[in-house]
Amino acid sequence: MNFDDTPQEAAFRAEAKAWISANAPKQYEEELRKSSLGRTALKGANILEVAKAWQKKKADAGWACLHWPKEYGGRGSSPIERVIWQQEEGPFGKLSGMFIIGHGMCGPTMMAFAGEEQKRKYLPPLASGEKVWCQLFSEPAGGSDVAGLRTRAEKSGDDWVINGQKIWTSGAHYSDYGILLTRTDPNVAKHKGLTMFFLDMKSPGVEVRPIKQASGQSDFNEVYFTDVKIPDSQRLGAVNDGWNVSLTTLMNERMSIGAGVSTGFPELFDFCNSLMLEDGPAIEDRSVRSKLATYAVKASGLRYTSMRAISALSKGERPGPENSIGKLVAGSMVQEVAMYALDLQGAAGVLSGPEDAEVAGKFQAMLLRAPGTRVEGGTDEIMRNIIAERVLGLPGDIRVDKDVPFNEIPTKGRA
Amino acid sequence: MNFDFSDEQKQMRDEARKFLAEKCPPKAVREVLDGKAPYDKALWKGLAEMGFLGVAIPEAFGGAGAGHLELCVIAEEMGRANAPVPFSSTVYLAAEALLLAGSDAQKQKWLSKIASGEAIGTLALFEGKGNPSPKAIKLQASGGTLTGMKKPVPDGAIADFAVVAARTGSTGRDSDISLFLVDLKAGGVEVKSLTNVDPTRGQAELTFKNAKAEPLGAAGDGWSILTQVLDRAAVLLAFEQVGGSDRALEMGRDYALDRIAFGRPIGSFQAVKHILADMYVSATLARSNCYYGAWALSTNASELPEAAAAARISATQAFQHCSKNNIQVHGGMGFTWEFDCHMYYRRANTTALTLGSLSYWEDQLIDRMRKKNAA
Repeated sequence: MNFDDTPQEAAFRAEAKAWISANAPKQYEEELRKSSLGRTALKGANILEVAKAWQKKKADAGWACLHWPKEYGGRGSSPIERVIWQQEEGPFGKLSGMFIIGHGMCGPTMMAFAGEEQKRKYLPPLASGEKVWCQLFSEPAGGSDVAGLRTRAEKSGDDWVINGQKIWTSGAHYSDYGILLTRTDPNVAKHKGLTMFFLDMKSPGVEVRPIKQASGQSDFNEVYFTDVKIPDSQRLGAVNDGWNVSLTTLMNERMSIGAGVSTGFPELFDFCNSLMLEDGPAIEDRSVRSKLATYAVKASGLRYTSMRAISALSKGERPGPENSIGKLVAGSMVQEVAMYALDLQGAAGVLSGPEDAEVAGKFQAMLLRAPGTRVEGGTDEIMRNIIAERVLGLPGDIRVDKDVPFNEIPTKGRA
Repeated sequence: MNFDFSDEQKQMRDEARKFLAEKCPPKAVREVLDGKAPYDKALWKGLAEMGFLGVAIPEAFGGAGAGHLELCVIAEEMGRANAPVPFSSTVYLAAEALLLAGSDAQKQKWLSKIASGEAIGTLALFEGKGNPSPKAIKLQASGGTLTGMKKPVPDGAIADFAVVAARTGSTGRDSDISLFLVDLKAGGVEVKSLTNVDPTRGQAELTFKNAKAEPLGAAGDGWSILTQVLDRAAVLLAFEQVGGSDRALEMGRDYALDRIAFGRPIGSFQAVKHILADMYVSATLARSNCYYGAWALSTNASELPEAAAAARISATQAFQHCSKNNIQVHGGMGFTWEFDCHMYYRRANTTALTLGSLSYWEDQLIDRMRKKNAA
């Protein structure tokens, strides 16, 4: 049991470190380091431009999408090298937020299902951040139950004609391309009549409407499709096999381990270390210490769980469903930590302005963003189902719509 | 980085699991639980023969000289099997104190007897309610003898010797405390068995009346040695707690698959699935914290105090969480004497207290994190 790099890993780390130190946008380092969940904005700079510039620089020097093959804009690195890079990139990694969906999910799906010519055309500009991709899966009627989606794709000559609506699409408002899951046969069971495509987000008939979220931010969108044409050559996988294609996409999400999930604990510990309560320093208070300790061991437990996963990766094992626990634990923890930090501020905890609130309103921003974290990419309850079914081997939920043709599944609850 | 046990260590774990499955089935645990024996003597002898009692004791003192990572994997299996033997008191507390502070002669005498299964040892620290604290130690040492009372002493009624924390000064500082070795069979000690929440790990009251004692470590070093012993024992006991957590989770999972209600296995209901998923989460977080503790223990890293407290807290929470929810998943059957659920529930709630309570270790963790931050 050790934390040492192999000589090969150490050499890779040294090379990465040197390059990052010479090239990273250092002027934003402090701000990025201090930014917490729900608040990665840069003062006096357009974060999209800063992020794109950093990504381009990485791509030009061969540090983008490390695990992708070189011919598609990557580096052909091992998973462990990717983790080492993430550790060394540190706060600058927060700039990759807008590329996560493209790099983590759309790219791998393209790699598995697009034609060779398409891969060479579309993947390198995705890797370099010149083109941003989004993932058009969720719908008002298909959130956790993704296969319940209703956006239709109908064949018309060599094209498909798309009509319908997507929702919760992160980054659609600045995306150039998207992967799109549609219904192509409503007469068969819901998982069996789906087909996957990729499309140009600037196609006629695509309308993106940002959603103002509970946090006050607008990271997500509704996307409407009105007679949007997609050539059949942009179909990914076989007609009506879209569910299997989407599973590839979702499996790739798990490869994103090691990125380090945000728990809010370091922020809370620092806060309590400096906060004065009526009776003295907060950190001297027994109840504060008890709370802090409980959060501390959750945060360290997650950190070492991810180290165990990285060790397994370096031995060539594939990440499994057990990695669902990161999001499950961190999501609700951020929410609890934020609530507790506000509780410690008493009446003034309601203030959120950077000038008026403690720690520039960091915990208030965290509080308002946290509910989204617990829902996006699968709710806490879906995560628990995944653990129960795929890790512990418990029976799947009863699915009354399993073998029912999609167009016969009830769509309303109380009549 | 290799944040995992080696193949050899995993092999040892499998060996211990197989051995315990055969020699320590729930039926054997019940013999002790039902009061038919104070501990499982045959199992204790078998553990000695397997080399498990002396796994971290150097060969020079009669042990296997393997190391503390190996002891961690054995500890996990002892917890998983709920073994009714004085393993934690003898191996984590008495042996570690001897390893840290014993003279060569003391090590030669007692460690070899521990490894061979001839001697059961314990640590006599507490004097009634409360957590580890130099102030709470009233038992007096003078002229090579001890006078005073200790309770609860884990496995005190079956122990051959005890490491005893005694007061040797009156300055009000930690240096007032010194450690002593007492041969409990040599007279001068009254031993009274106490009933406790988990009869498979006995507790006793020891009353010392001018009992002969020899110093363990330098005079005045007692508290500093004790702190190290408790940290090391915290990591080892945390592995037992993780073993117990995993077993409780397995029991709950198996029952949820077998038990039919409302025409379905109860494990197909989300409410039950989610209880089990949460058990898995707490056991996994605890295991990961324990691995860090194991690394710190085996390398004697400066991170050990913080790592030990984190492992201890996380494993205590996980074992309590898993053992109570295992009963919940079993429903009414889980509350019967006949089912094994309560054995793990008892063990979880007693191990939670034996080295100082959860709140004590929470306090320790934050203290240690602050010191590290300030450094």
